[in-house]
Amino acid sequence: MKKIKVSLIYPAGDVGKPITYHLVRDFNLVINILHADINLNKMGKLILDIEGEEEDIENGLKYVEEQGIKYKLFTKTIIWQEDDCIHCGACTAVCPSHALSMDKTDWSLTFDKEKCLVCELCVKSCPLNVMCVNIF
Amino acid sequence: MGYKSFDEINEKIKSGKAVVVTADEIVDIVEEKGIQKAAKEIDVVTTATFGPMCSSGMFINFGHSDPPIRMGKVWLNDVPAYAGIAAVDAYIGATELSEKRGMEYGGAHVIEDLISGKDIKLYAESYGTDCYPLKEITTYINKENINQAFMFNPRNAYQNYNAATNTSEKILYTYMGTLLPQMGNVTYSTAGQLSPLLNDPCYRTIGIGTRIFLGGAQGYVAWEGTQHNPGQSRGENGVPLASAGTLALIGDIKQMDKRFIRAAVYEKYGISMFVGIGIPIPVLDEEILKYTAIRDSEIFTNIYDYSVPKRSKPVIKRVSYAELRSGSVEINGKIIPTAPMSSLKKAREIAELLKQQIKTGEFLLTQPVSNIPGENRTCTLDIRGEVK
Repeated sequence: MKKIKVSLIYPAGDVGKPITYHLVRDFNLVINILHADINLNKMGKLILDIEGEEEDIENGLKYVEEQGIKYKLFTKTIIWQEDDCIHCGACTAVCPSHALSMDKTDWSLTFDKEKCLVCELCVKSCPLNVMCVNIF
Repeated sequence: MGYKSFDEINEKIKSGKAVVVTADEIVDIVEEKGIQKAAKEIDVVTTATFGPMCSSGMFINFGHSDPPIRMGKVWLNDVPAYAGIAAVDAYIGATELSEKRGMEYGGAHVIEDLISGKDIKLYAESYGTDCYPLKEITTYINKENINQAFMFNPRNAYQNYNAATNTSEKILYTYMGTLLPQMGNVTYSTAGQLSPLLNDPCYRTIGIGTRIFLGGAQGYVAWEGTQHNPGQSRGENGVPLASAGTLALIGDIKQMDKRFIRAAVYEKYGISMFVGIGIPIPVLDEEILKYTAIRDSEIFTNIYDYSVPKRSKPVIKRVSYAELRSGSVEINGKIIPTAPMSSLKKAREIAELLKQQIKTGEFLLTQPVSNIPGENRTCTLDIRGEVK
């Protein structure tokens, strides 16, 4: 099993295609929608976590491309250097997907990598420089 | 009123019998036992904060070289320090920027590095005098080979502070963090019900000479802080509704711990320093205890529009710290996410640590030598030249 993060760019007018449905049914993939900005007759964007056999993922992405939808693999991740973090919460002010949030019981920072869109806003907003980009 | 003295409380501390709780814990204790009973039982309430405080810095005495130098200009790791005092004395401010690295390194980093035990490059220049002939010196210092290094922070521990939002169309980079356009977020910076001066709103026990926890060391309140504004409007509970009192603090850098002093960089704004402060409040009477039991839902601040770069920014809404802590506030029917800028987790750690230090007799309380002012006015600055 393999897991990737990918963003799909829908051209204007193409939102009618049930892409995620086909990825699940025809390619046996586990899909998690992280972010969706889909509008009728306008360009749209979908960010997905896709989990499945390597071959299925490959074929699924080929199918996406055949539908005229461009995709981009996320090649970066955000690394939280937790040991150096003071848990101030400044990064949570800018995180669009709530991957970074404050635990309301002990007010420590929590980072849910699954939800991270790698927008890198936290990297600049962290006053202690403990969020960094890892390129792989 | 008035049934315990500082001396009596200190005697209890020395014999290991003092009852000490944090300003978070006192809220539930008072709710359960009532003011009267709690005031009798509890001796000390510990308060704390761990937030960015720009008005901070360090005095340092390097010791004399041979031949000696009367330092006129000083740089520490390429960060300028003020040397317009005696021969080998200097002051480095937390927000001063490196002349080589700009905003990525500054005075606060020098202080943090010194506390960590690192070597710091010292470069100084002089015009040379008969008694101080040396005109230039390059060397390395650390906390073991210098005479004194003490933190002197002109304005810390703000009693309440603004919350910030941005109604403009562009992203703003401020000391209140990154403010997203169209009121995309609200930021606030306080320890709220745990914060020192919010627990002693009328400065009854915190005054000049009060022993405090400062950056891991035992320090003192030196004076009222700059811009100390006790005349700020207050709620019925005596708590200021906006930024009011401040404290000038002093403490030995050599005894400090990096866990409680951290350099900070705010994108496109500059450098600041997170300062860990803990202040014990002796429960001398019921009124003092009542103030310590005030909770976040009873402490209010204003959300200001930081897109207006004026001295008086428009108020968007008055909110309680309980609302800000909830994760969102409602403004004109819109739910706006909120985010803290100061670390409540670390503030709680300090309040707990101070509690333990008092319980074990390591930390004794001091009665203020003099109170800080309860009334005054703050001045503004007229511009008499061209506005650039």
